[in-house]
Amino acid sequence: MLKCRAVWRKLAPLARSASTQCRHNVKTALNNGRRQAFVPATHMSTGPAGGGGSENTLYVVLVGAACLGGGAYAYMTVRGDSKRYEERISELASRSAKEAPESQPPVAPEPEEAAPTSEESAPVAELSGETESASAEPVAEVPPEAVEEAPPVVEEAPPEPQAEVLEALPAVVESAAEEPVTEAPPAAEPETVQEAPTEPAVTSLPESAPAPEPVSAPLTLPSHAPYLLIGGGTASFAAARSIRARDPGAKVLIVTDEPNLPYMRPPLSKELWFSDDPSVTETLRFKQWNGKERSIYFQPSSFYVKPEELTSAENGGVAVLTGKKVIQMDVRGNKVKLDDDTEISYDKCLIGTGGVPRNLQVIEKAGDEVMNRTTLFRKIEDFKSLDNVSRNVKSITIIGGGFLGSELACALGRRSSETGLEVIQMFPEKGNMGKVLPEYLSNWTTEKVKKEGVRIVPEALVKSVAFKEDKLEILLKDGRQVKTDHIVAAVGLEPNVDLAKSAGLEVDSDFGGYRVNAELQARSNIWVAGDAACFYDIRLGRRRVEHHDHAVVSGRLAGENMTGANKPYWHQSMFWSDLGPDVGYEAIGIVDSSLPTVGVFAKATSKDTPKAATEQSGTGIRSESETEATAVTPVASSTPAPVMEHKDEYGKGVIFYLRDKVVVGIILWNVFNRMPIARKIIKDGEEHADLNEVAKLFNIHED
Amino acid sequence: MSYCRQEGKDRIIFVTKEDHESPSNAELVADDPNDPYDEQGLILPNGDINWNCPCLGGMASGPCGSQFKEAFSCFHYSKEEVKGSDCIDHFRNMQECMQKYPDLYPQEEEKETKTQTEVVPDQDSSPPSSVSDSDVLSHSSSPTDSQRAS
Repeated sequence: MLKCRAVWRKLAPLARSASTQCRHNVKTALNNGRRQAFVPATHMSTGPAGGGGSENTLYVVLVGAACLGGGAYAYMTVRGDSKRYEERISELASRSAKEAPESQPPVAPEPEEAAPTSEESAPVAELSGETESASAEPVAEVPPEAVEEAPPVVEEAPPEPQAEVLEALPAVVESAAEEPVTEAPPAAEPETVQEAPTEPAVTSLPESAPAPEPVSAPLTLPSHAPYLLIGGGTASFAAARSIRARDPGAKVLIVTDEPNLPYMRPPLSKELWFSDDPSVTETLRFKQWNGKERSIYFQPSSFYVKPEELTSAENGGVAVLTGKKVIQMDVRGNKVKLDDDTEISYDKCLIGTGGVPRNLQVIEKAGDEVMNRTTLFRKIEDFKSLDNVSRNVKSITIIGGGFLGSELACALGRRSSETGLEVIQMFPEKGNMGKVLPEYLSNWTTEKVKKEGVRIVPEALVKSVAFKEDKLEILLKDGRQVKTDHIVAAVGLEPNVDLAKSAGLEVDSDFGGYRVNAELQARSNIWVAGDAACFYDIRLGRRRVEHHDHAVVSGRLAGENMTGANKPYWHQSMFWSDLGPDVGYEAIGIVDSSLPTVGVFAKATSKDTPKAATEQSGTGIRSESETEATAVTPVASSTPAPVMEHKDEYGKGVIFYLRDKVVVGIILWNVFNRMPIARKIIKDGEEHADLNEVAKLFNIHED
Repeated sequence: MSYCRQEGKDRIIFVTKEDHESPSNAELVADDPNDPYDEQGLILPNGDINWNCPCLGGMASGPCGSQFKEAFSCFHYSKEEVKGSDCIDHFRNMQECMQKYPDLYPQEEEKETKTQTEVVPDQDSSPPSSVSDSDVLSHSSSPTDSQRAS
């Protein structure tokens, strides 16, 4: 970079004189490009040094010498004083408060811009003055107001590359007062020269000062985060963990608009409802099937570093900034803007904004009375409010027959037996999970849901909703009417792509969400994971997946790629659902009921329930049990399992989903701990002539 | 005897235990152990420790992550007769750090029978690939036994 600057300076006078000459001579010369522009110049000069005048030569020689001298000085200083810089930080911090006001004005140069620095080279006389301002520059950024400045803040950690140590220059300049003053002319130039190329490297020294400087850094939120994760859900947490594991001392900042720390979503519609603890809405703890209790929060608050302390944390950490929403993204400037107008710059960014529950248009148009009695279920607050509602009303209707709707229906249905609550579930399909399970299985599932105490209204298309006589009246298109007190709309998720416009990110028109490549990258330094990512799956094609395990897998992968791994999405995520303690299934890949399926079933025994599966493996949540097992060894039962009386035929089995004769999805129906085999089959992507043979691999008859 | 039924595009097969007794003739593609895309276990092909292994839970990423990494690396590369005997200091540092965060690292000393479940990840989903990984974990000191380790 230095060389470029030096060369540019040499050419600058040349270029200027050349262009003037051109204007005088032939105007078209300019249009023919730079080379032509220089040609007329060579007429008036005899060489690159520009023989057009002795003054010119002298000037250029002086500049060149100054650059070289400055470069040499800088190099030596950098090498020798990097340690002194560390010690001096605290001293500077105390002095910073006094010197801050007077040094504000001269802090002109943006690190990114090259132009100002070349201009500064001209007024040699002002250099000595600039030395002081340059040295005071880092000091100027001390006060909390530094947050407003565009130049991002860099950390003081010694292992950071040279760029940081170059910043030590101005600091050192101030401390080693004598030397810089005498060498002011050459010194200041290269200083400002070097500051320019170090892009994200303008230090806010006192912010990185160790703890004993409370005066200079009172509760300042970081203005720069090497790793910025937008969204505080499962994907972000998984990425944070991955980044911390791979990049020692990494500083990760999670920004979320929710007031909560990262938590897992599945228990909100499953385990939390089955808890015996009356204070569960406060504690948010659930008992896993193996008896062990845990919180839905991934980690307690002591795991995280406070955002204000993130920049100065010795070993880095993960900080969560709650209650702040990112409203704008500046990709060119590598920074984001929050809803309170603060800006945070980043080196690498992950977008894990998830989505917002969809609502039915008829409900949105129905007015406040209806909207106030409608729940869109997604977050902790929704769980709390629905729990409260379910204790105070007589009838709840769930609109939607997918995973969330069916799980909530079963959960509320279970409660109905205690409280006399009427639970209704309506959906356009013929049966529960109609878009996922083949028809025969969907029907079987619907019967199970009915047994949980739910009144099912299938093939229901809502025409209008009105609030009449203290009740909600839902009118269906075929004329049926349902009267209820409260509605839960579980009709899908709208991926949150609010930042697409300001960031210039592509949004997928087929699946929704940000379009990313197989490595989950949207643009340089920007990755997307979780529900919001429409990614390219090498094996299964472009898709967007809204499941917990996918958020974990993609979050982790994004974290790996943010730390330089460059791995594509390859490890297939799985998902699971339970319909009460007796029926559960795990699935992987594309599980779409419109695909042809082949189901291989055996009769179930009492050991084939989700409860038994987790009890056996000693883990609480389904994907955990998958993780624990290294080798899958079916446990031989010591006593013959009693055969349960199942009227239905679909006790347990495996269902294969085919696309062009290749298995693209598998459901393990009441068969557990076999996911690695299923994953292998999908990964192979082979055409199998006889799927019964493939089914043998699962040992469905054993536990 | 297996019994088959077709419902539209969906095929349903019922099989008894005997039907599935004969070994499967389905062919699976052989796995490449050095496939860079695949999820790695605890130990990478080049011998290094995979700090991002789900089996470690959040041990390498929490507040005591750096201490854990030091201790575990020392242990892993230790050539002493009693493996890890030269790493006492590192483990002590790690223990001291963990004591500062009791709700992250519960101070339990249970020896669990299943070595895999010693370090329970909160939400990870891929299985570590080799059994030897768990052996390493079971022989290392108590903090890795704790369930909610991070």
